[in-house]
Amino acid sequence: MTHAVPIAPPRRLVELEIDGQKVKTREGSTLLETLRAHGQDQPTLCHIENLTPVNVCRVCVVEVEGARTLVPSCSRKAEPGMKVKTDSERVRHSRKLVFELLASSVDLSLVDARTRGFMAKYGVDPERFGPRAQPAAANQRDAAKPGHHHHPQPGLAATVAQPVKVDNDLYVRDYSRCILCYKCVEACGEDAQNTFAIAVAGRGFDARISTEANVPLTDSACVYCGNCIGVCPTGALMFKSEHDLRARGEWHESRQTVTRTVCPYCGVGCNLELHVQDNRIVKATSPLDHDVTRGHLCIKGRFGWEHVQPAARPARETDSTEKEPQP
Amino acid sequence: MDLHFTSDEPTADEREAVDALLGPPESSWRGGARDPHADTRHVDGGRAVRELRHLLLPALHALQGRRGWISPGGLNYVSARLGVPPADTYGVASFYGMFSTTERPPTVVHVCDDVACAPRGAEALCAELERRCGPAGSSQDGRATWQRSPCLGLCERGPAAFVQQAGAGREDQSLAPASADALEAVLRGREVPERPGTGSVPQAGSPELRLLTRVDVADPASLDDYRAHGGYRALRRALQVGPAEVLRELHDSKLAGRGGAAFPAGVKWKAVAEAPARPHYLICNADESEPGTFKDRVLMEQDPFAVVEAMTIAGYAVGAERGFLYVRGEYPEATRRLAHAIGQARQRGFLGANVLERDFSFEIEIRRGAGAYICGEETALMESIEGKRGEPRNKPPFPVHVGLFGKPTAINNVETLVNVLEVIAHGGDAFAGRGTAASTGTKLFCLSGCIEKPGVYEVHFGATLGELIALGGGVRDGRPLQAVLLGGAAGVFVGPAELDMPLTLEGARERGATLGSGVVLVFDDHVDLKPILARIAAFFRDESCGQCVPCRVGTVRQEEALARLLAGGADEARERALLAELEQVMKDASICGLGQTASGAIQSAIRRLGMFGGRA
Ligand SMILES: Cc1cc2nc3c(=O)[nH]c(=O)nc-3n(C[C@H](O)[C@H](O)[C@H](O)COP(=O)(O)O)c2cc1C
Ligand code: SF4
Ligand code: SF4
Ligand code: SF4
Ligand code: FES
Ligand code: FES
Repeated sequence: MTHAVPIAPPRRLVELEIDGQKVKTREGSTLLETLRAHGQDQPTLCHIENLTPVNVCRVCVVEVEGARTLVPSCSRKAEPGMKVKTDSERVRHSRKLVFELLASSVDLSLVDARTRGFMAKYGVDPERFGPRAQPAAANQRDAAKPGHHHHPQPGLAATVAQPVKVDNDLYVRDYSRCILCYKCVEACGEDAQNTFAIAVAGRGFDARISTEANVPLTDSACVYCGNCIGVCPTGALMFKSEHDLRARGEWHESRQTVTRTVCPYCGVGCNLELHVQDNRIVKATSPLDHDVTRGHLCIKGRFGWEHVQPAARPARETDSTEKEPQP
Repeated sequence: MDLHFTSDEPTADEREAVDALLGPPESSWRGGARDPHADTRHVDGGRAVRELRHLLLPALHALQGRRGWISPGGLNYVSARLGVPPADTYGVASFYGMFSTTERPPTVVHVCDDVACAPRGAEALCAELERRCGPAGSSQDGRATWQRSPCLGLCERGPAAFVQQAGAGREDQSLAPASADALEAVLRGREVPERPGTGSVPQAGSPELRLLTRVDVADPASLDDYRAHGGYRALRRALQVGPAEVLRELHDSKLAGRGGAAFPAGVKWKAVAEAPARPHYLICNADESEPGTFKDRVLMEQDPFAVVEAMTIAGYAVGAERGFLYVRGEYPEATRRLAHAIGQARQRGFLGANVLERDFSFEIEIRRGAGAYICGEETALMESIEGKRGEPRNKPPFPVHVGLFGKPTAINNVETLVNVLEVIAHGGDAFAGRGTAASTGTKLFCLSGCIEKPGVYEVHFGATLGELIALGGGVRDGRPLQAVLLGGAAGVFVGPAELDMPLTLEGARERGATLGSGVVLVFDDHVDLKPILARIAAFFRDESCGQCVPCRVGTVRQEEALARLLAGGADEARERALLAELEQVMKDASICGLGQTASGAIQSAIRRLGMFGGRA
C-alpha cells in the first residue's frame, strides 16, 4: 500500500447545521460525506465512492433551507451556514416516492440489505400504481423510438420487464432489474475502463443501457473486465456462473465464504475477493477501498479462475436463459 | 482512443454526405482508406480528437438528411471520423426524435396533434390521412410515411405539418395550414410549395410596435432594408459606448429573460463578463418547443438580422468571440433565413474579424436541434451542442460560471436578445419606463386555439388577459370561453373568471400562474378538455430525457392515473391524491424544469377548473 504525501494545504473546515445540530466538515465535502462522517447514512442508488456522482436517482435528496427544490446530498457540496434537513416531510415523501416509482417499474429483489432497510423505513408500497403490465418481448424496448408515444395499457402500470440478455459465457444482462443509475456506463468509460462499450440509448421511460445498435456484447467493444458488474446495485449485471446457479435454485449465499487475495496474473497487485460456494469459486469481486484499483479489475482477475477448479458440471440450459436472436 | 467497430461499412452516399461537412478523412484511423505504410506511422488521439465531438449532431444530420436514417455503417463512419465510441454515437442518435436508427422511408410527414392544433381540426386531419394513406407509420411504396408529432411551433396556422425529406439536394419543409390534400400529395411523392409565413403578426405595421416593427415591412433577406428600418443602430451605439456601458444600460432596463424563467438579463451578462475563466461563450436559445409557442420562430423568419445584431451586441458585452445559435430542428425556414442573414452580415463586416473595423471579432454558428423539447433547457442545450445526449446538468454550478465546453456562458432566449436592441438604441431607463415597475418593456404573446385572429401579439406588460384576447378578435365565432392555457404545457389552465389577470410576471405569480414563454391558448365551450389533458401528459412522458427517476417514471405514472380518470369509473378522490403525490415528488426532486413543471397543467385543471371532482 502506498501513502500519498499531502502536498496541498490542509483543507479548512466549514460549519453547517444538520437537523438542528451544528456540525463541522472539511471544505469541499459533499453533504453525503458529511452526513456519513457523522454516523447518519442516507439511502443512495446511483452513488458509489469510486465513480463520479451523476445524481440521477434522487433517493438521497435532502432539504436545504432557502432552496426551491430538494438537493441531492451525494453531489451537493457542504457550504458554510447551510441548514440541512434529512428527515423533513418533503424529504421523506420524495424518498418514498422515488423508491415506489422504481420498485413499481423495476425488479428490485436483489438490492442490498441496506437499501431494503431504507425501503422499509419509508413505508414503500409499489403496488399502489396498479397491477404490472406484461413484460416486453426480447429486444422490444431496444427498438423504441424517441418521442414515439406508447399509450398506457388500461389499468396497468408500465415496467421495464423483459427477458434476460445472455449472449456470452461470462456475464448476463437482466435489464428488468436496471434502474438506469449510469454506473455501468461510467465504469466502462472514463471513470475506469475507458472501453466505452455501452451507453445510455433512447429517451424517457424508454431509455436503456445499450451497445451500438443493440448488437450482442460479443460484437461490441466489450473486453469483459466486469467492472460494470462490480458497480451494478441491483443485480442487473451478473456473472453467468451466479445467474445459472440462481436459475437452478442452487445459489446459497449462506453457504459462501469470501477469501481476499491478490490477483496472480500480473504485477499490478489488484485485490480479489473470491466468493466460494461448495468448494467452487462462483464469482470474483474487488474491494472498493483498495487503493490500487478501487474495485476495478480486468478480465483475468474477474473471470480467469476456472482453471483452478474442475470443469463445471455440464451446463444445463435453463428456461430463462435462452439465447436471443439479434434484432 | 482505440475504438472498436462492427463490420458495417458506410455507403458511398453516406461517406459523401459526411465528408461534405467534415472534409476528407486524414487517415484510415479516421475512416479513410487503409494504407499499411502510413497507418503504422500515425499518431492519433488526445485533445485534437476530443475537440471534434461537438460536430456529432451536424454529422448525424448529414447522414439522416442523405439516407433518411442512420445506418450502422454510417454510424461507424461518423464515429471513426470524430473519434467517438460507436455506442456513444448510438446513444446520442437514439435520443433525438428527428433521427432514426432503423431504416425508414426518406420522406416523413410529421402531423401535429398537439394542444393548439387539436381545436383546429388536427384529429380530423389525422383520421382523413389514415383513411387515404393508411395508418401512421405505414408506407404504401416505401418512399414516404407519416406520424403524429408534438407542437411544431406553427400554431397560428394550425393544423400544422413538418416534412423531413432525405436525399441529395432535398430539404425539410413546413406545411401550415396543412390540408389532407396537400399531405396526401407529399406522401404520393409530389412537390407541394411551402407557403411563405406572412400574416403571423396581425398588428404588423402598427406604430405601437417595438419588437415587431420590421415584420411584414422590411424584406427579411435584405441587409439594406434592415438598415433602412433602423437595423444596426444599436450595434454602432454599443461599440461606441463600450461593454461596461452596455451592461449598465441592460441593468437599468431591468429586462427579464423571456424564455420562461424571467431571470434578469443584466445580472446574467455581468456575471459572465466578470468571470475570470476564458473563453466566454454566447448562446441564443432558439429551440422553441413549448407547445403553443411560436414567437421566436416569427422573429427569426421575419427579422433574422435583428437576432444576428443582438447576438453580436451580447457577445461584445460579455466578452465572447463565438456565439452559437441553436435553432429548433423543425424550423427549416427560420434556419435558412438566419443562415442567409449571417452570411450577409459577415460579407458586410458586421460579423467576423474586426466587426465594423473595431477591435472586436465575433462569429455565429448555427446548430440545428434534432427533435427534443428538453434541449430548450439551457444546460441540456449545451450538452447537445457538445455532441451529447440532451440531458440537463445538475446546478450548481451555473452556466455563467461553468457553461458550454465548461466555460462561462451567457444563454438567452431569442425574444430576450431582440429586446436588447431596444434597450441599447433608446436607453435602459426608457425601456424600464414601459410596462410595470417589476415587468419592464413589451411582451410577445402567442395567441392560438379558438381565437378569431391567432398570431403573435406585442403588448406592454400590464395588459390583462381579457384585453389580450379582445385584441385577438375574441373567442372564435363569438363562443363562450371555457379556459385558457397560460404558459404552455408547462403552464397552467385558468378559467373565464380570471380574465382580469394582469399579464405581468408579478400579476401571474400572485395568482399562482405563470406567463412562461407567452402562450395564451384559448379553448371555447365546445372543446373537450379531457383529451387535451391526456395530450399534455403524453407530451411530458415522451419528452422526459429519462435521466432522473421522479420525471422518468413519474410522468408515466401520471399519464396512467390520468388515463384511469379519463376512462371513467375510477375512484376520483384516490386518483387525485395519487396525482398530487406525484406532483410533489416531481416538483421537489426532479433535476430540471421539465419534471418540475410536468404536473402543473393537470393540477390546475383539477384545482382551478374543478375537473375530476376537484375543487374549482
Ligand atoms: C424543459 C425546458 C424547456 C425550455 N425550453 C426553452 C426554449 O425552447 N427556449 C428558451 O429560450 N428557453 C427555454 N427554457 C428556459 C431555458 O432553460 C433558459 O432559462 C433560457 O433559455 C434563458 O434565457 P432567458 O433568460 O433569455 O429567458 C426551457 C426550460 C426548460 C426547463
Ligand atoms: S465488462 Fe468491462 S468492457 Fe464490458 S461492458 Fe462491462 S465495463 Fe465495459
Ligand atoms: S445495469 Fe446496473 S449499473 Fe447499469 S444502469 Fe442498470 S442498474 Fe445501473
Ligand atoms: S426532470 Fe425529466 S427532463 Fe429533467 S433531467 Fe430529470 S428526467 Fe430529464
Ligand atoms: S445517490 Fe444521490 S442522486 Fe442517486
Ligand atoms: S403547431 Fe400544432 S400545437 Fe403548435
